[in-house]
Amino acid sequence: MDLYAIIFYLFAVITLGSATIVVFSKNVVYSAFALLFALFGVAGLYVLLMADFLAITQLLVYVGGILVLVLFGVMLTTKVFDVQMKTKTIQMVPAVAILGLLSGTIVGVFWSTDWYISENPIDVAKTAPQIGNMLLTTYLLPFEIASVVLLVALIGAAMIARRERKG
Amino acid sequence: MISVEQYLALSAVMFVIGVVGVLVRRNAIIVFMSIELMLNSVNLTLVAFSAYLGDVTGQMLVFFVMTVAAAEAAVGLAIIIALYRIRQTVNIDDINILKW
Amino acid sequence: MDILIASTKIAVVLAAMLTSVVFLVLVERRMSAFIQNRIGPNRVGPYGLLQSVADVVKLLMKEDIVPAKANKPLHDLAPIISIAVAMTTFAVIPFGNAIELFGTTIKLQIADVNIGILYILAITSLGVYGLTLAGWSSNNKYSLLGGLRSSAQMISYELSMGLAIIGVILMAGTLRLDVIVEKQTEYLLGWLPAWNIFLQPVAFITFFIAAFAETNRLPFDLPEAEPELVGGFHTEYTGLKFGLFFLAEYMNMITASAIVVTLFLGGWHLPYADMLGLSGFALSILQVLTFCGKIVLVLLFFIAIRWTLPRFRYDQLMSLGWKVMLPLTLANALVTALILLAF
Repeated sequence: MDLYAIIFYLFAVITLGSATIVVFSKNVVYSAFALLFALFGVAGLYVLLMADFLAITQLLVYVGGILVLVLFGVMLTTKVFDVQMKTKTIQMVPAVAILGLLSGTIVGVFWSTDWYISENPIDVAKTAPQIGNMLLTTYLLPFEIASVVLLVALIGAAMIARRERKG
Repeated sequence: MISVEQYLALSAVMFVIGVVGVLVRRNAIIVFMSIELMLNSVNLTLVAFSAYLGDVTGQMLVFFVMTVAAAEAAVGLAIIIALYRIRQTVNIDDINILKW
Repeated sequence: MDILIASTKIAVVLAAMLTSVVFLVLVERRMSAFIQNRIGPNRVGPYGLLQSVADVVKLLMKEDIVPAKANKPLHDLAPIISIAVAMTTFAVIPFGNAIELFGTTIKLQIADVNIGILYILAITSLGVYGLTLAGWSSNNKYSLLGGLRSSAQMISYELSMGLAIIGVILMAGTLRLDVIVEKQTEYLLGWLPAWNIFLQPVAFITFFIAAFAETNRLPFDLPEAEPELVGGFHTEYTGLKFGLFFLAEYMNMITASAIVVTLFLGGWHLPYADMLGLSGFALSILQVLTFCGKIVLVLLFFIAIRWTLPRFRYDQLMSLGWKVMLPLTLANALVTALILLAF
């Protein structure tokens, strides 16, 4: 086994292990923390896949932005000693059914497809300029729409979370 | 050398974990985090294909997914906090005032 | 061999940073005493030089107290995150040009990353976790308020920081820090060094202000505002764990100064140094010393500001960040892009 494979499995274990904790932990704060490590693991995998620019963006946007928001949400809605979490499993039957269907589909597609692989790898040093070029040429319209989406989300979030003024 | 199938299997498992979270957990914030897990697994698939096909387009699409995730985080958490203020709970089974 | 060189560089940089923190604390205390017309610590060792050593020993001997209802694992994790972030940021900063040693050329930069500037932004954005967690896990209302304040403050000023850098990136046309420094070694009009402080004055000022906010230094030290919040996020910390927060704050200060020097003050560039006719090795050493000297000057400025300005009110802080800094940096990026397009 070469070094690349070892690092891959390391990040894979970190990602999946933390993802499991996110979903099954009884304490919301531990979930948020596990999510931090899961996102880190994914960023590491991006580096392995020669997408260093994306890996940094993952840290900036997800870890530095979205997860901080999640932590805010957790802190504003729970207290340290108040960790009792009802994990009622009332929907066990439909959940198992949906899960079975989904996993079956994924496994089926996974085995029945012959995955095509290109021979020419991408140049790491040039990913950032290439992405920039694409965003401002071929994908200009989606890019602009994305910026509008962000603006609308920002205003909407401020509107919703704001306390009503009396009078 | 790691093949593209291994990356795909990894992201498929991650996606399924996210789906489990959405289906069985009742805390709105955890449901929200599970959705982020699912989005991340899709991103991982895109980047893996981008690397193995030698095409940067996949990486660029991830940016759009991240934009949506960020917008979702802002609006979603605003809704959760507004709900908590009114109902003092983030359990989605207790948030049923629209259902008479 | 490569690993050996890399680990030597890491060891040297970390040792230099830890040593300079010890002296920085002393310099800060002496300088504040001077500004306030006091004497300051002068009893331990000659001129009080060993004062910081005594402080460290005191912190080591103190009992480690964790509040009964605190979340123990996270309470322990928070200072570790803070210090880890403070230590890793310096990795991409070029502290000198290449140096010739025993026939091999060594680049004076720990990690030569393609996207160095973004790395710095990403890692500093992790620093907020240490503070927020410390505030939340202590289970104390003052700590929680400090933690919430720090996260809001750091997120707000990160934006201005990132946008201020855009002007510099546009000028250099790259995200590599070593190239950005090299571009600054040229001369404008034949005599003025082409440092970004002259080319991007607005970006420099906004970046510098944002750096104050990111390092939680006065006038932006609201997360630990003593009169309002007891001690802010580290109210419930004692002994070594408090020491780690303290160390992280000063290391962040050094790193922030190093970033300011790299991006705006020409990095290791000493103007007209090539006229001195030094050999390659001596020139490299001189450049490293220049870099350190510039950092010291910026640090002294940091300290002088802390002891002359009063603290902002929280709403003033937010409106400064969002209503002044953000539009200013955006306008700066736009104007820079237009000028570059026109010429």
